[in-house]
Amino acid sequence: MIPELGHFALILALAVAVVQATLPLVGASRGDVRLMMLGRTAALTQAFLVVLAFGALTQCYVTSDFSVANVVANSHSAKPLIYKISGVWGNHEGSMLLWALILSLFGAAVAIFGDNLPDSLRSRVLSVQAAIGIGFLAFLLFTSNPFERLSPVPLDGNGLNPLLQDPGLAFHPPILYLGYVGLSVTFSFAIAALLEGRVDPAWARWVRPWTLAAWCFLTLGIALGSWWAYYILGWGGFWFWDPVENASLMPWLAATALLHSAIVVEKRDALKSWTVLLAILAFSLSLLGTFLVRSGVLTSVHAFAQDPARGLFILCFLLGVTGGGLALYAWRAPTLQPGGLFQPISREGALILNNLLLCTLAATVLLGTLYPLFLDLVTGNKVSVGPPFFNATFVPICAPLFAALAVGPFLGWKRAEIGPALLRLRIAFAVSIVAAIVAAVAIDGRATLAALAFGFGVWLIMASLSEFVGRVRRGRLSTMPRAAIGMTISHAALGVVVLGCVGTGAWNTELIRTVKAGERISFLGYELTLDKVEALRGANYIADRATLSVTVGGKPYTTLTPERRMFITPRRQVAETSIHTNLLRDLYATLGEGDATQGWVIRLYLNPLAPWIWLGAAMCAFGGFVSLSDRRLRIGAPRRTRPMAQPAE
Amino acid sequence: MMASKRMSPKRRRLWLLVGSLSVLGVAAALVLTALDDSLVFFYSPTQVAEKKPGPERRFRLGGLVETGSVKRSADSQEVYFRITDLKGTIDVTYRGLLPDLFREGQGVIAEGSLTSAGLFIAREVLAKHDENYMPPEVAKALKDAGRWKEGEAKK
Repeated sequence: MIPELGHFALILALAVAVVQATLPLVGASRGDVRLMMLGRTAALTQAFLVVLAFGALTQCYVTSDFSVANVVANSHSAKPLIYKISGVWGNHEGSMLLWALILSLFGAAVAIFGDNLPDSLRSRVLSVQAAIGIGFLAFLLFTSNPFERLSPVPLDGNGLNPLLQDPGLAFHPPILYLGYVGLSVTFSFAIAALLEGRVDPAWARWVRPWTLAAWCFLTLGIALGSWWAYYILGWGGFWFWDPVENASLMPWLAATALLHSAIVVEKRDALKSWTVLLAILAFSLSLLGTFLVRSGVLTSVHAFAQDPARGLFILCFLLGVTGGGLALYAWRAPTLQPGGLFQPISREGALILNNLLLCTLAATVLLGTLYPLFLDLVTGNKVSVGPPFFNATFVPICAPLFAALAVGPFLGWKRAEIGPALLRLRIAFAVSIVAAIVAAVAIDGRATLAALAFGFGVWLIMASLSEFVGRVRRGRLSTMPRAAIGMTISHAALGVVVLGCVGTGAWNTELIRTVKAGERISFLGYELTLDKVEALRGANYIADRATLSVTVGGKPYTTLTPERRMFITPRRQVAETSIHTNLLRDLYATLGEGDATQGWVIRLYLNPLAPWIWLGAAMCAFGGFVSLSDRRLRIGAPRRTRPMAQPAE
Repeated sequence: MMASKRMSPKRRRLWLLVGSLSVLGVAAALVLTALDDSLVFFYSPTQVAEKKPGPERRFRLGGLVETGSVKRSADSQEVYFRITDLKGTIDVTYRGLLPDLFREGQGVIAEGSLTSAGLFIAREVLAKHDENYMPPEVAKALKDAGRWKEGEAKK
């Protein structure tokens, strides 16, 4: 009964989406208020129906209803409740339903919070949003129905991939999707603006909160995924340049660029056509990510779908959305009025440089990700493009970005002098140079690129602080807009992330030892003793747990308890790392194979500054949220300065 | 630095164009050199015998871990095994922690390079995701060697 209700709600949602995608659009072009108002009701109804469907599937998972094929394939009655719930999106069908859910919720949010939008713009935004919704709902209903029944009903399910049974990963998909799908709103605004033939500062202000929210969630989602990889995969690394990671990094880079170029539209009424293009590209990249991940062309934990029909559907949808968006852009963008003039050395110039570099970074990642697919198609050669490629391309392009990022906020709009800006950065510059030299000599023992990168991290933090102190000195703290505070926090946070990456990536120490119970390992001043390895039982796994007592200078320091878990369904072994952190470094231990007579393989890492990667990322997103709470975005019912231009026919 | 106080839109566009092109040019140069150096090819043992990659060339070797071939050194930190596509076979040595799903008879991908004696020194053995999973590259290599079904039956 419940699965049928969910299925039915999905079908109704599709029907409502079709109405929402067409009638308000017609209303907007005819100026018919009744048709336009329909968009709001439809958006709310559609969201309600998809929530109902999602609730129905969750119900099936929580009650372990094994008459539903999807539950059988991905759940198990012995699983803890939290993983029964996270199992809803831990599979292809469910994750697509989650995507559709968030998409329709964003549509409803535009309907609810869009009071300040002109009727025609809001209707068009909602229609475009519904058009994307049609794609996803049809995809669910025709190729990936999560409510399919199974007969005969099996006694128990196959269980969820144990790698996904982890608190960090349980909430990684919803948060990442809030980011991916949040970009759909920006896309809808861009398409609506093209349809109206009008992009102005008011439009930029309306779009800003949506872009900002999507960007914050994307940041958090990527950070959660990277944190998960760090502690579950047991290799001590935090970023592997895996195609799936790249798929989330590309939209993030594009969204970051968009966030900055939209500022220029808002403040200076310039870069309009470029900003609209970026909005289209950012969402296209998040769809491309979905295609790469979901179609099974890439092999990874995330590649659930191996069905070519699904891959083809998403590919066609991707081509439709991107191609349609770009075609509309090519047709309508020339009608956008060019905006205010500015000199190359100015805030606008700095933001253009930012956009140029961020887009180059995104293009590099795109190339590295797609090149193996391309080569396979053309020559049949199997290749992989790994960290060496990205270290040789991505990292060098970051250097000018970071250098310029610090200077940009000191430049005025329209026309600025570079000299005074650099003068105000002299302390930041001196501190960074000293930091780089100290890092080169004291930590590394030699001058390396890592030390240089460390200097860049310090430079970002110091420059943000200088900017902030400058404002406080001029007594502008009380009137400082939250957006500016948010910017300072996020920029400094980027520096914190850089320091964490350098510490973990370049200065980590690894040690692998085989030890028996009672034996001792010396590791960089830590004395670790393997007290015992015991067998224990979890809810749906059995495990070996090692107890390593750590002493420093003879005094007890901490105890590490890495585990090796063998899950029962599906049968799979997962290493559970044990990490001791003091926020300056991580002491990281994993348990390998072994037994009492042979000894156990223990792998140890000391990762300097590792926690800073995720603290920095969280701080970066926090800066975004601070900026989101800015007064002008909350009350902002900006009046359009000019009367509504007639769209060019 | 400042050629003129006011810049015409035309000159501004020129500046922008020069700037963008130089950034993209540098990026393209970086990408091309990086692709040349850091592209990691995937070979099956049969292809290794044909192509004979040089000692410095890093590549990925994929196939099945030959049943009965896994041996450990005395301190059990070094592992020796053979990777086979049931047509050709390569000796492999690896120092480090093997991924959880490393088993005899299972598909595996190792990244590393050959010594002049033909021993493959793996720097990394890639973790795969579940017991029934066969890396597509390995499946293809087995199919190419005409031994796909037998590989299945062996498990």
